[in-house]
Amino acid sequence: MALSGMRGLSVFISDIRNCPNKDQERLRVDKELGNIRTRFKNEKGLTPYEKKKYVWKMLYIYMLGYDVDFGHMEAVSLISAPKYPEKQVGYIVTSSLLNENHDFLRLAINTVRNDIIGRNETFQCLALTMVGNIGGREFAESLAADVQKLLISSSCRPLVRKKAALCLLRLYRKNPDVVNIDGWVDRMAQLLDERDIGVLTSSMSLLVALVSNNHEAYWSCLPKCVKVLERLARNQDIPQEYTYYGIPSPWLQVKAMRALQYFPTIEDPNCRRSLFEVLQRILMGTDVVKNVNKNNAAHAVLFEALALVMHLDAEKEMMSQCVALLGKFIAVREPNIRYLGLENMTRMLMVTDVQDSIKRHQAQIITSLKDPDISIRRRALDLLYGMCDISNAKDIVEELLQYLSTADFAMREELSLKAAILAEKFAPDLSWYVDVILQLIDKAGDFVSDDIWFRVVQFVTNNEDLQPYAAAKAREYLDKPAIHETMVKVSAYLLGEFSHLLARRPGCSPKEIFIIIHEKLPTVSTSTIPILLSTYAKILMHTQPPDPELQNQIWAIFNKYESCIDAEIQQRAVEYFALSRKGAAVMDILAEMPKFPERQSALIKKAEVAEVDSADQSAIKLRAQQQTSNALVVTDQHSANGPPPTVPAVGPLTLVKVPSTSGNAEHTSEGQALTQPNGTLTKIDPQTPSEDLLGDLLGPLAIEGPPGAAVQPQQNAVSEVGGVPSAVDGAAIVPVGEYSNSVQPIGNINERFYALCLKDSGVLYEDPYIQIGIKAEWRAQHGHLVLFLGNKNTSPLDSVQALVLPPAHLKMELSLVPETIPPRAQVQCPLEVLNLRPSRDVAVLDFSYKFGECEASPSSSSEQISSAYISVCRRVLSSMEISFRPPLKLQEVVRGVRPLPLAEMANLFNSFRLMICPGLDPNPNNLVASTTFYSESTRAMLCLIRIETDPADRTQLRMTVASGDPMLTFELKEFMKEQLVSIPTAPHGPTAPPTPPVAQVAQPTSPVKALTDPGAMLAAEWSFEDFGLVTRKKSVNGSFLVLVMDGQSLASFRPNNKAEPNK
Amino acid sequence: MIHFVLLISRQGKVRLTKWYSPYSQKERNKVIRELSGVILTRGPKLCNFVEWRGYKVVYKRYASLYFCMCIDQDDNELEVLEIIHHYVEILDRYFGSVCELDLIFNFHKAYYILDELLIAGELQESSKKTVARLIAAQDSLVETAKEQASSISNIIAQATK
Repeated sequence: MALSGMRGLSVFISDIRNCPNKDQERLRVDKELGNIRTRFKNEKGLTPYEKKKYVWKMLYIYMLGYDVDFGHMEAVSLISAPKYPEKQVGYIVTSSLLNENHDFLRLAINTVRNDIIGRNETFQCLALTMVGNIGGREFAESLAADVQKLLISSSCRPLVRKKAALCLLRLYRKNPDVVNIDGWVDRMAQLLDERDIGVLTSSMSLLVALVSNNHEAYWSCLPKCVKVLERLARNQDIPQEYTYYGIPSPWLQVKAMRALQYFPTIEDPNCRRSLFEVLQRILMGTDVVKNVNKNNAAHAVLFEALALVMHLDAEKEMMSQCVALLGKFIAVREPNIRYLGLENMTRMLMVTDVQDSIKRHQAQIITSLKDPDISIRRRALDLLYGMCDISNAKDIVEELLQYLSTADFAMREELSLKAAILAEKFAPDLSWYVDVILQLIDKAGDFVSDDIWFRVVQFVTNNEDLQPYAAAKAREYLDKPAIHETMVKVSAYLLGEFSHLLARRPGCSPKEIFIIIHEKLPTVSTSTIPILLSTYAKILMHTQPPDPELQNQIWAIFNKYESCIDAEIQQRAVEYFALSRKGAAVMDILAEMPKFPERQSALIKKAEVAEVDSADQSAIKLRAQQQTSNALVVTDQHSANGPPPTVPAVGPLTLVKVPSTSGNAEHTSEGQALTQPNGTLTKIDPQTPSEDLLGDLLGPLAIEGPPGAAVQPQQNAVSEVGGVPSAVDGAAIVPVGEYSNSVQPIGNINERFYALCLKDSGVLYEDPYIQIGIKAEWRAQHGHLVLFLGNKNTSPLDSVQALVLPPAHLKMELSLVPETIPPRAQVQCPLEVLNLRPSRDVAVLDFSYKFGECEASPSSSSEQISSAYISVCRRVLSSMEISFRPPLKLQEVVRGVRPLPLAEMANLFNSFRLMICPGLDPNPNNLVASTTFYSESTRAMLCLIRIETDPADRTQLRMTVASGDPMLTFELKEFMKEQLVSIPTAPHGPTAPPTPPVAQVAQPTSPVKALTDPGAMLAAEWSFEDFGLVTRKKSVNGSFLVLVMDGQSLASFRPNNKAEPNK
Repeated sequence: MIHFVLLISRQGKVRLTKWYSPYSQKERNKVIRELSGVILTRGPKLCNFVEWRGYKVVYKRYASLYFCMCIDQDDNELEVLEIIHHYVEILDRYFGSVCELDLIFNFHKAYYILDELLIAGELQESSKKTVARLIAAQDSLVETAKEQASSISNIIAQATK
């Protein structure tokens, strides 16, 4: 059949077809596009016919995959042509070329509307079709009413109305508000009485969309759907043209049953009975026939009927009939039916009581796992995963493992994840679990994500019985000639921790273990080397009596890596080397890792996430990994030395308000506000959660380096005060309401609060019955806090309630607090915090419990504004000096300041994580500090503070605060002002009472003297004299800091700084 | 709902695309590339469904042409498979034993027919007869317009002689 008249188009298509290769084709296309472009430019000479032809050519070129970035206007303008042929082309090309978000469509709305409300039926059809296909929100708002009118109009012919129905469906999807439920329900019900099957089909699609959002409103449509279904099933009054291979419109049947699945139940017994009659007829009367299409259509109806039966939770008899049918389907030759059988069986798992009958088909399902068709294999895997329980886990997991070695790459990751989860969930014993995972790593190392092996480590660490077995297994795998790197990691870790348990076995002396692990070192990547170094350190520690030869070997390795370019490796090498010379003290430092807190498996979380949306794989992986690293990070901080938290680079910028209480039951809150930006000079390594994790797993070893002794007393002090090992962050608590038999808090709550402002962990509140500790970890604006609720008594605490009242700028989510705390037990309640924007308000923790007859309801206010890492990037710093103007930069002279030696002030700043940068300001009486503030609205924001003091009058100073956000600047300035005017207490002394502002008359201190203060000395180390280094790590105030320099020289920074007026 | 319809030849040439969900031009090309890689490589005796990015693609091969429709995960696959066949039957009836060449040179007809079959990614008409009648009516409208135009231009030509 020839193309009606458009010779130019035919010629062009032939030309394209005759092109011998892609280049030629591109040439021809470019030529044509050039031609079209010039023709469109002087539009006047264009006849409607030509315009039509060129627009078609454009569509053709577009379809071939070339960019067509012009001429859209011409296509759209054809819509307003007066004659049918042009209009038709305009509509169809526009709806193919553009998507709903295209700006040009807006131009056409009026024309389209005129066509819809006009009298010309053919124009109406064209317009409805286009709007139905690409109409967006704006179309929905301006056209929905007109389209509804067409749909219910009695004067419109079916061909217009069926298009109007689907057009309305589209508009409803774009904006559900366009259909006014009250007015529409009756109309919708009327539409279902329609005789014309075309209109009925379209209306049924519309109904499905409507009930899926709101089934309650459309109850009246339910019996009508059943009636339609009956009419079709009995083949009553169905015109011949609407039967498809002898089946009365299978599509309408499917749609009607789909709509019924959105109603929770069917109450009317008559209606229910007639529906079940129809369903029974479908279930029984569908046979396999030779004609493929008839077969497909019949089974389309059958599968929908199955779904409806499952949904309605029919009688047991009917259910088992369904399972029997599905059992038959999964064994047939026809692949489509097999696929659908497996898929629907998986859905069937949701129905109770049928699991056992499904299990009978296990062998057949396992066979499907080896089907040549990947779609079917996927279904089988899903079904096996779903039907797995404790009784068949061993068989199924072993099948999966076996299949793993032959499975295609596209499926291996999913397969290994699922096998790992099943093994974890249903392990009959833990050694079997270890076996499975090690096999998994062995067979498909590339597809085993880090989460999986982290999980093994967790399990083994937490189960002492398992440790020798796991270590022995790991040792066995190391004998294999070529093992995957993940296997090296997990074996090295396990052997480092537990190889001493094997010492008597042949081939397991420390030296042999070391040799076999060290053999792998040349083959592994930099992310594995740190683990190996830790293993060596542990082996060395366990070698008793010391073996000088082994020691020298290991020391040589540490020496070698001391100059490694990778900071993590370098640091470990240096620290382990120093530690291993410490002698007996090493035993404590390198002791076995403490147990991990019990938590939900990160794998399961990951699988859940993956199931929600598998569309964006990469994002999921990323998220899952983040979750995992968080999940595993929380090592038990109560370990031997109570080391400070080790998360590299996290520090809260904290704001606190402490309501204090008087004896009566009134809440009197003397709003004492206190804030503290804690800054840490940091740059986090963004890509490797695994390394972070290692940092955490091994953290307690790593951080307690040479200066360890210095940090300890402080930590111990806290532990002594708190009977619970220290672990908390800036927060405070105050009993707000007290009952007659009131509970007296132990210690000054304000002080605890202030003390916590300077630390990431500590005791928030304590009374004779309970102690509340808090521990915080910050990652940019996300905070992970844990509340430790410890019952100090020998009887349980009841009716425990904790409620967090967050201020507007924080998003807080407290996990469930158990109602009862068992005697002498401690429970942990994670609290997720998201800092939205800068503010000085504090969160309040409302906490109450019942002890025996005594009821106590202390209320505490906890804090957290934000977290801060500081990353000092001097380039930013210098540019900011130039660009800050009010309100980004605010300056204020503060009077009545509590006199404070400069060194102490510097100390205070540092403890708020406002990093003092000495040497930037030539005037020794000035301080310059910087920090990075994290919140949802500001993202990472650099803040700069400069304090100019007057040595003659210490009670006044000039403060300049600058940041990229006016609100942040203001809040920070106000906060610092409050801090300086009424400084609570020295940062180190949580037990010291707050000094009244007048108590200390400070002597002017010279900056030289300042450097004798340990804090200031540390601050001094932050000076930029080391800018040549790529990375440095330092420990300041017990936090772990990483400084990344960008290599820019200090000299280039100073002039900018000088540009600002100094005193 | 059907998110898009693709007609791809065995050589990977695109013969028709229709998008019911908003995809940008870039995404469209990516989808086509990805899916032709998946579908054209599948063997003959496998099932007609492919799981892809959280969706399902129902496809069927007719001679050298693959008809593909992308649907949501919980949609009824066989129903869509028969929509494909229904479309092919209508094309067949319209062109009289349709072949790939018909669709290449008359791709716009394939679009018209598809528009009579599907709107908003849902089936609008399940009667072949009705679709055929509507398409015929459209054709005759175009013919009449053309005749009118030529008769007018004849008149003008005559008058200006």
